[in-house]
Amino acid sequence: MRKISLSNLDKLFAKVSEQAKLYVPVDGKNGIASFKLWEDGVVMSNALNTTRSAKDFFFPQTENLMEFKSQGKNIEIIDTRTEKEDFVIFGVRACDVKSFEILDRVFLSEPVDTYYASRREKGVIVSLACGRPAETCFCKTFGIDPASPEGDITAWKTETDLYLKANTEKGEKLLASLNELTEEGCEQAVEEQKKNISAIMDKLPLKDLKTDKFGVGKTQEYFNSPAWDELSSHCLGCGTCTFVCPTCQCYDVKDFNTGSGVKRFRCWDSCMYSDFTLMAHGNSRNSQKERFRQRFMHKLVYYPDNNDGMFSCVGCGRCLAKCPISMNIVKVMKTLGGKEND
Amino acid sequence: MQKITRDALIEKASALLSEGKVNRVLGWKKGEFSYDLTPTVFTDIEQMKKEFVFDDFSGANFSKYLTKETKKGDGKVLVFLKPCDSYSFNQLLTEHRFDREKVYAVGIPCDGMIDISALKAVVGDGIVAVNTDTDTVKVETLYDGVKEVNKQEVLLERCKNCKSKKIVAYDELIGENGEVIDNNRFDEVAKLEKMTADERFAFWQNELSRCIRCNACRDVCPACTCEKCVFGNPNSGVENKAASNSFEEKLFHIIRAFHVAGRCTDCGECSRVCPQNIPLHLLNRKFIKDINEFYGEYQAGEEVGSRAPLVNYTKEDLEPSEAVNRGDE
Repeated sequence: MRKISLSNLDKLFAKVSEQAKLYVPVDGKNGIASFKLWEDGVVMSNALNTTRSAKDFFFPQTENLMEFKSQGKNIEIIDTRTEKEDFVIFGVRACDVKSFEILDRVFLSEPVDTYYASRREKGVIVSLACGRPAETCFCKTFGIDPASPEGDITAWKTETDLYLKANTEKGEKLLASLNELTEEGCEQAVEEQKKNISAIMDKLPLKDLKTDKFGVGKTQEYFNSPAWDELSSHCLGCGTCTFVCPTCQCYDVKDFNTGSGVKRFRCWDSCMYSDFTLMAHGNSRNSQKERFRQRFMHKLVYYPDNNDGMFSCVGCGRCLAKCPISMNIVKVMKTLGGKEND
Repeated sequence: MQKITRDALIEKASALLSEGKVNRVLGWKKGEFSYDLTPTVFTDIEQMKKEFVFDDFSGANFSKYLTKETKKGDGKVLVFLKPCDSYSFNQLLTEHRFDREKVYAVGIPCDGMIDISALKAVVGDGIVAVNTDTDTVKVETLYDGVKEVNKQEVLLERCKNCKSKKIVAYDELIGENGEVIDNNRFDEVAKLEKMTADERFAFWQNELSRCIRCNACRDVCPACTCEKCVFGNPNSGVENKAASNSFEEKLFHIIRAFHVAGRCTDCGECSRVCPQNIPLHLLNRKFIKDINEFYGEYQAGEEVGSRAPLVNYTKEDLEPSEAVNRGDE
């Protein structure tokens, strides 16, 4: 365990920046925190979480995959990959760290998505324990401990100091490079914080939310539930929940005609949109109810079905805070799961 | 606080349901916390007694929901209209977007709605309960005990600059109707107008670069009722799930503002729902301000069937060249 005084945080960031691009959460106008490139003068946010999740680093909202140029009968394929630099993300919360594991199972299983894989390889994740979880937090429901987030390095912030502990080889390498700035820290302050966070977790309004009713093999039980009608009846069909979600991973690949060639890009898609999975024969989900159901069944049933029971929600609470009509996975779980789930 | 209580609305709804005047009620349903109300259709009085809420968080404007709700089955739907909702209601009727015969509208006064992100910005995370029984909002928090906040400080932007307490559409009223009120809603626009073109570009660059293109502004907007939006239509040629550069979003938002110009009632739902807190209403207000200055005061939705200046012609209309020259300033 290493330790550095918070007053020297800038020095730490500067040192990291010498080795790789460093991103930290920064407060913007109107209470919106987001990850920004650290440079001298940039102050780290005290916000619990960023509005957009940390998945953006590995799976950006838009990304150019390649370009084509044709000359006569020849087509030239141009490599436009950009994901070649090392980078460090500082201050990722436990929920978002867990989301990488969920995304990994999608993008790193065969055939491996090399764009995602390359970013995962280049990125070093420094997680940060949550001192003050919000009322919308329910990571514990999914077995996540906000006091001991995973990642290459785990950080704990106390009133005066930052404690750092490496969990992986990548993390150890980065932490070792900071040795002249840090000193040996004792576990006591961290243990104290872990205890405090644990006590807070037991007070959160959503502390009793359970996943028991969901998971593997539940498709038949819920697919035709009459509850979907009311749950989805006022869904606007916007993409807010999917775009702030750290685990939503659907995307579209499109070609853009530049006039002199073709740019092939991919961008996030949303199962809430009417042209999601639109195919030549038409659309397999024609009503908002079907689209809405898809999103929650995917998180709570289909993904677990295909991934050894693992749910694809991490309880970060972003959709609770951001849905324009305040409809969200917690309300869905409580409605479908019935009283025992409340 | 709201002077009109939840109980008064439930009583009205119960009476109308029992008499058979309506068979369903659009209302705000209790959430997980004190502030996350979800629009719902109620058909059962007992359910309403348990779950119907009307308080400082009942900001959602139900007018747009009527375009879909009135197409569902027979009978009338009861809708409660706050003053600003009633302008949207009229505008939708002007555009023939729903069948007036299928709706029973009860006008309700509004004492201003709270912006939950503004409240969170003041009290921080960890809101356990919010009491809005008085104009001092009492927030019970996990970390700092009970915090008291002046409601006026955490109002939605549209309520801080409330344009009207007058309910312009209703079958009956609960409480007293109010008046159109003097307001400062164009002050921010005037500030933007005073900027240089570069400063203004930088302002919007900063704001719109945060856009995640979730389309919530479009999907909540009572003026956006196209059956199929060009931006969501793969056959339109401009369907666009992705921005090609960091500022392309300006095109979407500016085109949308043009499309709703003269029809936007300034209900403020776009800014209320934006997950990135982009002040989208300022784009629409710029158009409203220009229309007022060029063609005389006009409030969309003030009455059903009014001809908006942009689709009307009078000899006094501004010459196009004047507008163009003004744009060069």
